[in-house]
Amino acid sequence: MKIVVLVKQVPDSGLERHLDSADFTVERASASNVISELDENALEAAMAIADAGEAEVTVLTVGPDHSLETVRKALSMGPHKAVHVQDDAIAGSCAVTTSAVIAAALSKLEYDLVLCATESTDGGVGGMAQMLGARLGVAVMGGARKLTVDGGALTVERQTDDGYETLTAATPAIVSVWDSINTPRFPSLKGIMAAKRKPVENWSLSDLGVAPDTVGAAAATSKVVSAEPRPPRSAGQKITDEGAGGVELAGYLAAEKFV
Amino acid sequence: MAEVFVVAGAANKLTYEMLTMARGLGLGDVAAVVMGAPGLTDEIADSLAEYGASKIYSAEDEVLDKYLVAPKAEVLTTLIREKQPAAVLLPSIQEGKEIAARVAVTLDNGLLTDVVGLDSDGTATQPIFAGSTVVQSQVSKGFPLVCVRPNSLTPSAEPVSAERVSVPVEVSDAAKLVTVSDRVTEAKGDRPDLTEAAVVVSGGRGVGSAEQFSVIEEFADLLGGAVGASRAATDAGYYPHKFQVGQTGSTVSPQLYVAAGISGAIQHRAGMQTSKTIVAVNKDEGAPIFEIADYGVVGDLFKVLPQAAEEIKKSRQ
Repeated sequence: MKIVVLVKQVPDSGLERHLDSADFTVERASASNVISELDENALEAAMAIADAGEAEVTVLTVGPDHSLETVRKALSMGPHKAVHVQDDAIAGSCAVTTSAVIAAALSKLEYDLVLCATESTDGGVGGMAQMLGARLGVAVMGGARKLTVDGGALTVERQTDDGYETLTAATPAIVSVWDSINTPRFPSLKGIMAAKRKPVENWSLSDLGVAPDTVGAAAATSKVVSAEPRPPRSAGQKITDEGAGGVELAGYLAAEKFV
Repeated sequence: MAEVFVVAGAANKLTYEMLTMARGLGLGDVAAVVMGAPGLTDEIADSLAEYGASKIYSAEDEVLDKYLVAPKAEVLTTLIREKQPAAVLLPSIQEGKEIAARVAVTLDNGLLTDVVGLDSDGTATQPIFAGSTVVQSQVSKGFPLVCVRPNSLTPSAEPVSAERVSVPVEVSDAAKLVTVSDRVTEAKGDRPDLTEAAVVVSGGRGVGSAEQFSVIEEFADLLGGAVGASRAATDAGYYPHKFQVGQTGSTVSPQLYVAAGISGAIQHRAGMQTSKTIVAVNKDEGAPIFEIADYGVVGDLFKVLPQAAEEIKKSRQ
């Protein structure tokens, strides 16, 4: 089975993040960048399949030069190779045009299964899997909390508000995952060393046959026109429980008319 | 006059919020788009009219229920092409975002998700970066295609009589690739929905075990609230993942949010910091949750919550 895992480098969501003050795109160059959190769950899902049988796992990313760190990080979890789509013209692309680039890259690769996160921690549109499915005419099973592979038959438990849906489809398919699907492995030292030697192919837009003027900020289908920090929430009253903290809390809730 | 579409999958608060938002745009008549199995429109039409949908496009066919998302996206795309609405609003929950994503690609149209406000010129308000930044954004190609986040506004009724228009359902084979073979509702008891509840009581790592989550549940029940959990608590298996509040879980915006044994990592704050009032109980005086809490109790949640519960029960007698 050939599996492609989509990964994205994002600014660390545990630190303060910013937009570029000129064009309101995500400030990436100066940020502390990491792999988008749920991508690790997609990688783990791929490696679990590879561990259980025969699979070739390829990492695919679209992003600037420094995305290579994220590619190496992904490879340290065990995938065999990677493709890094990199072209200055892509900067500032919206999700819709980015999906055209990723779809073109997938079309150049062979795959039975594409695994990705249900959403990234930066843009967080939450639409990439379906955008790719619509472009490629491939089955999309979104929001997986469980994935079972039986030859070319896929079964997914899709997380819903009040339970789950069982989905079935045949490969080729795109499956997006939540963090509930698994616990990502920690890369071993051996894995980290091996990742440095694994092949990473660089593809540009011309390699993909995508015209530069169809992507980037100028071709974006949506744009941010202004941004401001949310007024900070200030801390209110803080008491220390010295035996009657619960009584005081009840008093506060009563005064605020919650009880 | 142009219409504003509201894609309505259920008669719930988010649908009423979208209808209220659509009315406020003043761009045209509000038309609800109902897509699902036969009978869905009968079930929800009265509620849609009560909140101002003067037209209801009804697309009903088993195929919309049997196959995941793609058939609904095709039907909606066809209807948009035909009616050229001024704006289209969908729920910013998984299925709504997925339908919108397919429509966006098919029509080569911009898409904005997690929108909490929309102006008549199409400018949308979106919280980003875990709610730490608020942006104004616009669709620059096509019409405003917008997914509206739950709890963005207070819905108001404006009863009208709705004209029902039947929409033919023609779905390509390419949209029938994923079959929904089962829908399972997992027991959640009598508590309100997490994203709609006026009161949410959440527990974190400090709760310590699945059994001990009962202290959170009891406090939630006392206040008529929903139960939530931090990522640390769901990862540890203390509480089911679907109750997770935070960046990788639900976003809630209740009147009252009680965080017990939750340190308040950015990942958690992303899901709750727009709550009206935040109460925190934590043993660690330096927990970041206190920085955003309106009322904080430094103490042991297993002492503070039961004592508060006793006091509340007493006051009700």
